[in-house]
Amino acid sequence: MKINKLAIFLIGLGLVAPFALYPVFLMKVMCFALFACAFNLLLGYVGLLSFGHAAFLGTGGYVTGYLMMNTGITPELGILCGTIAAGLLGAVYGKLAVKREGIYFAMVTLALAQLAFFVYLQAPFTGGEDGMQGVPRGMLFGLIDLNDNMNMYYFVFAIFLFGFWLVNRTVHSPFGQILKAIRENEPRAVSLGYNVNDYKWAVFIISAALAGMAGATKTLVFELASLTDAHWHMSGEVVLMTLLGGMGTILGPIVGAASVVGIQNYMSGGELGNYVHIIMGLIFVVCVLAFRNGIVGEIQKVIKRNFN
Amino acid sequence: MSVDYVLQTTDLVKEFKGFTAVDNVNLNVERGTIHALIGPNGAGKTTVFNLLTKFLIPTTGQILFNGDDITQMRSAEIARKGVIRSFQISAVFPHLTVLENVRIALQRKEGNSFHFWKSDKILNKLDARALELLESVGLQDHANSITVDQPYGRKRALEIATTLALDPELMLLDEPTQGMGHEDVEVVADLIKRVAQDRTILMVEHNLHVVSKLADKITVLQRGAILTEGDYATVSADPRVREAYLGVAEDENDDAGDASEAVEAKETV
Repeated sequence: MKINKLAIFLIGLGLVAPFALYPVFLMKVMCFALFACAFNLLLGYVGLLSFGHAAFLGTGGYVTGYLMMNTGITPELGILCGTIAAGLLGAVYGKLAVKREGIYFAMVTLALAQLAFFVYLQAPFTGGEDGMQGVPRGMLFGLIDLNDNMNMYYFVFAIFLFGFWLVNRTVHSPFGQILKAIRENEPRAVSLGYNVNDYKWAVFIISAALAGMAGATKTLVFELASLTDAHWHMSGEVVLMTLLGGMGTILGPIVGAASVVGIQNYMSGGELGNYVHIIMGLIFVVCVLAFRNGIVGEIQKVIKRNFN
Repeated sequence: MSVDYVLQTTDLVKEFKGFTAVDNVNLNVERGTIHALIGPNGAGKTTVFNLLTKFLIPTTGQILFNGDDITQMRSAEIARKGVIRSFQISAVFPHLTVLENVRIALQRKEGNSFHFWKSDKILNKLDARALELLESVGLQDHANSITVDQPYGRKRALEIATTLALDPELMLLDEPTQGMGHEDVEVVADLIKRVAQDRTILMVEHNLHVVSKLADKITVLQRGAILTEGDYATVSADPRVREAYLGVAEDENDDAGDASEAVEAKETV
């Protein structure tokens, strides 16, 4: 019941927010929030630290960008194709990565993501260092002009809500129960007859596809797909967002993404622009040392202590 | 052969970098019995156990379950065939509730374990069966507690309930009473006796009192090989067993004991 009220409040907030804040900024926050939610599904609920999620964000962006520029398909189909492409890449990468655990899992995903980065750097269709510029937003279902920022905003909001719902549903599904069991005690899950690698693989694909959906949406918002999205810095940033917001919490990645994007946007305008990496680094250190559960995790702890 | 064996091993060997931890072990576990595997530290009990449950792959030899060769199968596969193991340290899912722990086991046969688009409310229909199982081990009053907060004895009882949820043909128990207080030992021993009524159990156990109370047949291992076999009276009367097992148990500082303990430590890493 409490969760439902909170959900209604947040949806209401999302509906009126573009009247108070700059819509493009909000869309950016939602794209990264979706990206972080997808990442959190792996790290927070299965305990798998992927250090290559930028590859999926980038793949979603490039595939959607390419199709929008060259085939004239409608944006919802463009995003769908970008999502599927990232999911397929996730299927290949995941199959290889789930054979290893812990730091080796992280390293395998990083190495595979660097392969993808190299391809995007060299391939002619991506525009290399310049990125893929001038991606048209197009007409949603051939009817609604997305060049209007408000139309675009509500489209992105709908995508975000769908992605957020899917992550939630996955966590609270029969499948999610097995994921929790694997996180809690993997050998025991095996001894109960579960092929844990198949479950890890499946959730990796879901996570990769959602990350691709975030990348695809982001490309339409900024009319640009660039190497930044596929760079390993991006894989690091999503770790920061998730940890800052609260790993393994439903709202944590959203809060984390909003904080990181907010800080970056705020500072890139002023004198502090050059120090943005240092400040993000400091925040990361403080987060890990002082409040390891992240913003949402700490709030939940306070609520639990005082109201239960 | 007229005797019905659930599990058989033939010439099972496991070597770790030149060291033979398990040496030509031929084990025959008869259906419907409680079979205990005992031996001093480092005798290879846990290694045999891990071989049977496929957490280790034998160097040579064969493992038969109901006459089928399961030597090359994976852990999860033999679990689905009905061979379920427990662990030396209590094997529970700590941050799930007691009820959820049992449900994880019941869920497997539902065939919905990959359904990420469904609500987990559909699992509620398993609650009645889960509660029944919890009742059988006396945990019904703690169903909604978080497992990690429970005392050790309850975790072990929960582990048994979870194992029972799979209705295993063969239960493999790795030191079920290890680390328990005297009272818990009695409770768990009774529990094992109760659940053993219509199934087969192979257990590794240190506590000789428990073994004498429960086991129909005992296999004594020493330095990876079988020393002797038989019921408790036969085995405990065997002078070699007294020397190998009780001798070491009484004198912990024995050189051989130290060496084999080091080996045991290596095995469990």
